Amino acid sequence: MKARFFELFELADAARQGKEILLANYTGEDSEFVRFNHGKVRQPGSVAQHALSLELIDGQRHASVDLSVSEHPELGAELRAAVQSLRQVLAFLPEDPHLLYSEEPCSSSVEGDRAFPAGDELMLEMVRAATGLDLVGLLAGGEVSRGFANSLGQRNWFSRHTFNFDFSVYTRGDRAVKSGYAGQRWDASVFEGIVQAARRDLILLEQPAKTIAPGDYDVYLAPPALQEIVDLLGWGGFSLKSHRTRQTPFLRMLTEGARLSSKLTLVEDTENGAGPGFQASGFIKPPQVTLIEGGELKGALASPRSAKEYGVVPNGASDQESPAALHVHSGSLPVADVMQHLDRGLFINNLHYLNYSDRPSGRITGMTRFATLWVEGGHATSAVNVMRFDESLFRVLGENLVDLTREQAFRLASDTYGGRSTASVRLPGALIRGFRLTL
Amino acid sequence: MWPSIERAFREALPADAGLSFCSLRVVESERDSVQIRQGVLEPMNRGLDRGGMVTVRHQGGYGYAATSDLSLSGLRSAIRNASRWAQQTRATSVFDWNLFKQEAVTASYRSVVGQPWLETSLQDRISLVQRAHAELVGASEIVDSRAGVSWQRDKMLQLSHDGGRIEQEFEFIAPDLSVVAHANGVTQTRSLGMVDRMRQGGLELLEDIRFWERAAALKEEVLELLKAPNCPSETMDVVLMPDQMILQIHESIGHPLELDRILGDERNYAGTSFVTPEMFGSYQYGSPLLNVTFDPSVPTEVASYVTDDDGTLAQKEYVIQKGILQRPLGGAISQARADMLGTANARASSWNRPPIDRMANLNLEVGDQSLPQLISAMERGILLKANCSWSIDDSRNKFQFGCEWGQLIENGKLTQVVRNPNYRGISATFWRNLVGVGDASTREVLGTPFCGKGEPNQAIRVGHASPACRFRGVDVFGGDA
Repeated sequence: MKARFFELFELADAARQGKEILLANYTGEDSEFVRFNHGKVRQPGSVAQHALSLELIDGQRHASVDLSVSEHPELGAELRAAVQSLRQVLAFLPEDPHLLYSEEPCSSSVEGDRAFPAGDELMLEMVRAATGLDLVGLLAGGEVSRGFANSLGQRNWFSRHTFNFDFSVYTRGDRAVKSGYAGQRWDASVFEGIVQAARRDLILLEQPAKTIAPGDYDVYLAPPALQEIVDLLGWGGFSLKSHRTRQTPFLRMLTEGARLSSKLTLVEDTENGAGPGFQASGFIKPPQVTLIEGGELKGALASPRSAKEYGVVPNGASDQESPAALHVHSGSLPVADVMQHLDRGLFINNLHYLNYSDRPSGRITGMTRFATLWVEGGHATSAVNVMRFDESLFRVLGENLVDLTREQAFRLASDTYGGRSTASVRLPGALIRGFRLTL
Repeated sequence: MWPSIERAFREALPADAGLSFCSLRVVESERDSVQIRQGVLEPMNRGLDRGGMVTVRHQGGYGYAATSDLSLSGLRSAIRNASRWAQQTRATSVFDWNLFKQEAVTASYRSVVGQPWLETSLQDRISLVQRAHAELVGASEIVDSRAGVSWQRDKMLQLSHDGGRIEQEFEFIAPDLSVVAHANGVTQTRSLGMVDRMRQGGLELLEDIRFWERAAALKEEVLELLKAPNCPSETMDVVLMPDQMILQIHESIGHPLELDRILGDERNYAGTSFVTPEMFGSYQYGSPLLNVTFDPSVPTEVASYVTDDDGTLAQKEYVIQKGILQRPLGGAISQARADMLGTANARASSWNRPPIDRMANLNLEVGDQSLPQLISAMERGILLKANCSWSIDDSRNKFQFGCEWGQLIENGKLTQVVRNPNYRGISATFWRNLVGVGDASTREVLGTPFCGKGEPNQAIRVGHASPACRFRGVDVFGGDA
């Protein structure tokens, strides 16, 4: 599709006039989705979707149109008509003081090959592996592509073939082992090991679950649980606009000099992420953007639009100014020593449905989910029924953060709203004192 | 466009008619919007998305293939692709698809539109939004402001191999207002929630919801919140206004009653349900004042339609009547899997996702009390409006919600405004404490485009019409002071 995208851009660009500038973004995927329930197949299918976005700029006026792309003889004429239509719209628009796009061409190309079996083969392998298990989840696999081109000569391409089997295995009621296998190269023995581990972990969950009272508990948040918290923070936490409009949950750090634990460093690490290194206005993402360092707020994600509005340099962020390759630096606690250090409390594998209960104050709420284990004397003794927490970021990631694990997990996003995500996160687990459970 | 696609589909069907069932669902979606933030017109972006999904059921298997190539060759390829999946799942499906039979349906539907978006000039659309934005600003404490109107038109054609033909055209308007104020370390927001005024129709809906008056009111309210004390923490009665009831209904009635959750499909993502099949017909979900309907026939409500996306004719059904659970929210396929009656609510977010059980329009039927009557009966309580925070467990039981606006009720009268009000409870008991239901004068028809669910994920439009309601003995608390 790479060559075809650049051809389509040229067809559209031919309709450009005078000093107009044309930007084009391509988003596409050829995906296989297999949904499982009770260890069998619920809904299998394929989705081929390809969309082109054209933005026409004339001075400080601009407008864009998104089109789904389907090959047909009139496609070139359709794209030229789209550009002409945008030109007509520009005539009615005021100048945009916040318009900013890359004017220094910097081209790039990243392409990958498929290194895993076809979706229907994987599906049958998964059904075999799930024999006797109440397995539920989704296999999403195939090629995901992104492209950028502009009339200044810049050309960027990114395509990657990935698979992401996100699943859980259930035992009694709502208790389950959440697991998954994602990557670019399929290894049947690795997959088999992951399923076997889930079978082993189920044994403890089959015992009657413990119900605990609201209160403060020492907890270990495994990487998937900590990811739920940093994902929530990605919703307005690191955005330059949210900082300047005083809506960020880190407001106290901006206005009162509050700080998080010195053990905490968060970096937008595009260089070691799984997504494209360019964004929709043509800016190249820097390899790293430090957001929090040693517990202090160091930076924000600045989209071109926010950068122009607030007079700073953009740093490759999307319009949403959310992280796409967040890296939470590791700590000094070996994973092997987690249970011993926790001694008595909760081993929380997963959290669920987080939200802000007071965003500007940095207060968050959410639920435990899947396998939360009661730990006594450094040993997991039983599952714990789901509990709600309502906590301050400044306690959880501040004064009550004991340590982060030395080992990290690299997790490919399993989000598929509209299309398959290219985001990723790299993070450790976290040992926390006095985690506040409320219901 | 439809005739050529219909010809191509009929021609693309295998000549030997070997498939038990084959359908095509095409969606052509156009969208546009005008958004103004901090006095600046945001970038103008239009969209035209078109594609189709072929579904094949054959010899006990099932498969789908979605493509934006709606030519004869594109549809032939999609049918082959979906057939291959069906072939591969004959012995591995969670449900024996041979057991599912469906009548071919012919039907049509079109939203009623008074003032069409496309017949209003761009300058006039911008002017409508500028007027609203102007009402939001003008105070030094205001640090962010946004006004906008989004428009979308979805044309849908569903064809089946056995002659079924359903044509529907939906047109939506989604007004959006938000104003943020900051002073002395306090930030407060007033808004139209999560774009919760989305409805079917045209720009006449802006008058109907008093778009410009609301903008002015939001500005006054956000400034009042800046000076307000934090919400107290205590157990008290609450009156939830419709723009909070939308979330309460959605999260703690709608999702737990979705039959695919009860069947376990969503356990890896959205979650399961505390509701089990044997509860239907006898379980006391709420007080006798609680009447909840699945109603695809409400004019202008966002999920009104003639059939769902599996081609089942839709009609109003009580899911809870006088507090007793009646039937789940489950489309024809889920009904066949569970051997239960349900509702026509198998819906897909677009052409690239398969239908699953969704809420559609889920409404709380009106009672007989005016808002003054609801309030005057309370010795101490709080009125809450405009949802801003939502969280609930994966079985849809333990919830915690937050609102932008709270106002204490003391001795039957509205008194002190408070900021950061939150409340929490448990679905299984909360609705049994419903002690007052507002009359038609308190009812609003609301809707949002942001209901997320499914693997692969789907964000879909859902409608909730509700009066104001009063609940007894709720655990209410504030934010960090």
